[in-house]
Amino acid sequence: MLQNVLQFLNDHYLILATIKILIVFAVLLGIVAYLVLMERKVLAFMQARLGPMRVGPWGLLQPIADGLKLLLKEDIVPAGADKFIFLLAPVISIIAAFTVFAVIPFGPPDKGFVISDINIGLLFILAVSSLGIYGIILGGWSSNSHYPLLGALRSSAQLVSYEVAAGLAVIGVLLCANSLSMVEIVKNQQAAGIWNVFRQPVAFIIYLIAAVAETNRNPFDLPEAESELTAGFHTEYSGFRFALYFMAEYTAMVLVSAIAVTLFWGGWLRPFASVHWLNFLDYTPVVVFLGAGVVVILGSIKNPVPGEKLFLFAVAGLCFFLAVVVAIPPVNAWIQGVFWFVAKVMVFLYAFIWYRGTFPRYRYDQLMNVGWRVMIPVGLANIIVTAVVIYWWSKPHAAAAATLLFR
Amino acid sequence: MADEPKAPPSGGPSEPPAKSPEAPEGAAPPAKPAGKPPAPAGKPPAPAPKPAVKPEPWSSPLLDELQKRFPEAISDPLIFRKQPSIVVAKESLLGVCEFLKSDRGGSYTLLTDETAVDYPKREKRFDVIYHLYSFQRNDRLRLKVLVGEGEKVPSVVGVWLTADWLEREVFDMFGVQYEGHPNLKRILLPDDWTGHPLRKDYDILRQDDAWVQANLNIKSGQ
Amino acid sequence: MPEATYLDANELVINMGPQHPATHGVLRVKLRLDGERVLGTECIIGYLHRGVEKIAENRTYVQFAPYVDRMDYVAAVTNGMGYCEAVEKLMGVELPPRAQYTRMILAELQRIASHLLWLGTHALDIGAMTPVFYTFREREEILKIFENYCGARLTTHAFRIGGLQYDLYDGFEKDATKFCDYLLPKIDEYEELLSTNRIWMNRTKKVGVLSGKDAIALGVTGPVLRGSGVKWDIRKVQPYEAYDKVEFEIPTGQNGDTYDRYIVRIQEMRQSVRIIRQSVERLAPGPIFGKVGKVIKPPAAEVYHSIEAPKGELGYFVVSDGSTHPYRVRVRPPSFVNLEALDIMSRGHLVADIVAIIGTLDIVLGEVDR
Repeated sequence: MLQNVLQFLNDHYLILATIKILIVFAVLLGIVAYLVLMERKVLAFMQARLGPMRVGPWGLLQPIADGLKLLLKEDIVPAGADKFIFLLAPVISIIAAFTVFAVIPFGPPDKGFVISDINIGLLFILAVSSLGIYGIILGGWSSNSHYPLLGALRSSAQLVSYEVAAGLAVIGVLLCANSLSMVEIVKNQQAAGIWNVFRQPVAFIIYLIAAVAETNRNPFDLPEAESELTAGFHTEYSGFRFALYFMAEYTAMVLVSAIAVTLFWGGWLRPFASVHWLNFLDYTPVVVFLGAGVVVILGSIKNPVPGEKLFLFAVAGLCFFLAVVVAIPPVNAWIQGVFWFVAKVMVFLYAFIWYRGTFPRYRYDQLMNVGWRVMIPVGLANIIVTAVVIYWWSKPHAAAAATLLFR
Repeated sequence: MADEPKAPPSGGPSEPPAKSPEAPEGAAPPAKPAGKPPAPAGKPPAPAPKPAVKPEPWSSPLLDELQKRFPEAISDPLIFRKQPSIVVAKESLLGVCEFLKSDRGGSYTLLTDETAVDYPKREKRFDVIYHLYSFQRNDRLRLKVLVGEGEKVPSVVGVWLTADWLEREVFDMFGVQYEGHPNLKRILLPDDWTGHPLRKDYDILRQDDAWVQANLNIKSGQ
Repeated sequence: MPEATYLDANELVINMGPQHPATHGVLRVKLRLDGERVLGTECIIGYLHRGVEKIAENRTYVQFAPYVDRMDYVAAVTNGMGYCEAVEKLMGVELPPRAQYTRMILAELQRIASHLLWLGTHALDIGAMTPVFYTFREREEILKIFENYCGARLTTHAFRIGGLQYDLYDGFEKDATKFCDYLLPKIDEYEELLSTNRIWMNRTKKVGVLSGKDAIALGVTGPVLRGSGVKWDIRKVQPYEAYDKVEFEIPTGQNGDTYDRYIVRIQEMRQSVRIIRQSVERLAPGPIFGKVGKVIKPPAAEVYHSIEAPKGELGYFVVSDGSTHPYRVRVRPPSFVNLEALDIMSRGHLVADIVAIIGTLDIVLGEVDR
């Protein structure tokens, strides 16, 4: 029976892909919603305040309330706006942001954690994620208003220049991995026994900065600099179209984090994957879920509201249940890849929030200077050095010398 | 407007006599009772016993220099609470200001404030008042220019840049016209405002009523 | 569409305000832009005009005192202090030392509060969102002291003409000293966040440069003038209250840019702490009222008195006709005059700098518009 089902899915891979897409989409929406809550909470703790506390215990249901509110709000189209484009623009943004996840390997492909492993994965990412800019430019332009126009101009200039820097950084990785496929890049890191961040540190730093700039996050959040351009390109948007932009921004954050993890931090690989005496790290998920459960239980005990107490209790129960489930060896083995992937992405997302809490905003011309005068030349130099080293390495005598030196 | 004072408290007589140091001192009180003798400063019980409650004549080398250079222009040199003030004739205001700003005139480089006071009973109803400060001498000086209704005061924007907005405000609030001001228009009130609120005869109630009658078709706004 | 529109299309006119997150109130700035570069600005003010000076003519001297708190509403104590002192000067009243030192302590606390608020919002304008929460946390402590002293936090009406309405509450000295000890490390913390931050330096250095000469020509005062290197503080050059009896320094900048003004204000907070500490030490029991009658009736004369408010020279020109009502009260607002410099400071800068420059001028619209 199960055999038949698997066989059927294998033959009709579109159905399987559709199921995967739905799962990824749903999970991503949840992550994005709770990423907003996480950002608000983390920023609040950095800033000596509490953040959302009203909707649910610790504001845990805040994202749902926010989503409902935005859904129910009036969708205003300003007079004089180019209506068709105005309505279309946020959709472009969010479609571009979500589509790219098609080629991201969340875990080992043989366990079915990638929607589509295409051999030009990286090119696909660069191409589709650039389309997201159209959403911003068109949205800013079609609003027929000054501040959105300025925001759109800023973002187009910013994204174009930082796209170049990010592309240059990625080429260094390509040269190492000898492939454009995201899966191959991770496998190459596995084979080399070392993450790309250590082989390509310069490229990693460039990519990280460019990623922050591409997602319009502080300190590069000029397109929507709220103290200068009120809200930048989405000043005129309201209701759910605003929510689409909002989601697109946070999805893009998850996306660039996922790309960075795949390219530089070994994707789904466990840290020290090839060091066997560290295999007990495989049980980290159990510890994490147990820890979460304990924290929630403690919170539940302290919480005075009966309803919230019950809710927290249920959440804690879920955590303990998951801890038990992931402790089962086959499940544990299956969950490994995706757990480490998500954990690494979380580190990046936390860094994004951390930047926002720390840095002032760059000015437009300074941003351009950093992009064109620093990042792009350094990126080019990185490519040349990498290429020369790899070429030299590939020669037999050099390989021999290298073997003598490093093996 | 029950509280409106009945007479100008200071600033001397309507037409400043050429230059006699005692003149302002002696002339100021007599000028007041013109309308209603027993009004304000007659003999207030509380501050009466204090000695130096009146401005006294001021003399200083700077004043002598000024009077030498602008013989007809300077009058009423008074000092009160160590604050000297002089009245400058409108015609030579720019010259006096240029001189005071220069090194020889004490380098009063900072125009702290420019404002006006309205004395509607007087022939020249406005005192336009300049507060100067000299960093070199650590000293303040008050200039006054007497201006009548409809007369134009030379603008001092050319001497002190900061006078730009201050003069606009005086124009806005008092309707004093400036000659040579680059951009003389209302600053605090909307451009279509009627009247100048800080004049003593500005009647906000009547204006309110007029507005209410015109816009709401009822009798009174209050 | 007429042809002229196309020809003018390279100049973009933007209305910044009166509803804008970075104009600190209802300031409206008309920007003429070439792309992002500012060709010129025009400030349109008066949205908060309440006719304070006209109100003064219809109130007694005593009745008018609370109104001045509503001008610079983030520094109400110094506003009230300036007005009370102006009337006292008109009447020739001397204050007993306890009243003087109390006024100085509260005024310096208010200066710190005003600078804290400025620092937070200025950083927020430039994009650093965290400092504002820290500075408001500290400001809260000051407001608590105010509340304990006079029952109000913001528009305090703390002083009366001739002295103080209330004597200090028990434990005031301890509160003030405790706050000083608490604040100094916090100022270091702000500096750690901003002073050596590369982005902060990029955003503030060489932005809104005002030379000392220009600053004087434009009549700016306070930290803006001192940031341009002019060592001038009314507390030093024409001391009022007992400022001549305490030790403090006047911090100045060299370049007259936004960064220097930032440093000046940070240093001023430290100097204010010094003043508070010395004043608390000299607080001795004694009377808190000078010799004034029950009815405030100054002699017929006029007097100009100015103090060093947190934002610059705050002057009151009071004309009396000998009655219980002032004939005219002119307020010389530091924000109004400082704002005038915006146009010259912002020419040739980018839109983002306008925000930084408005922030560095530290204006309060209640005072600009009165």
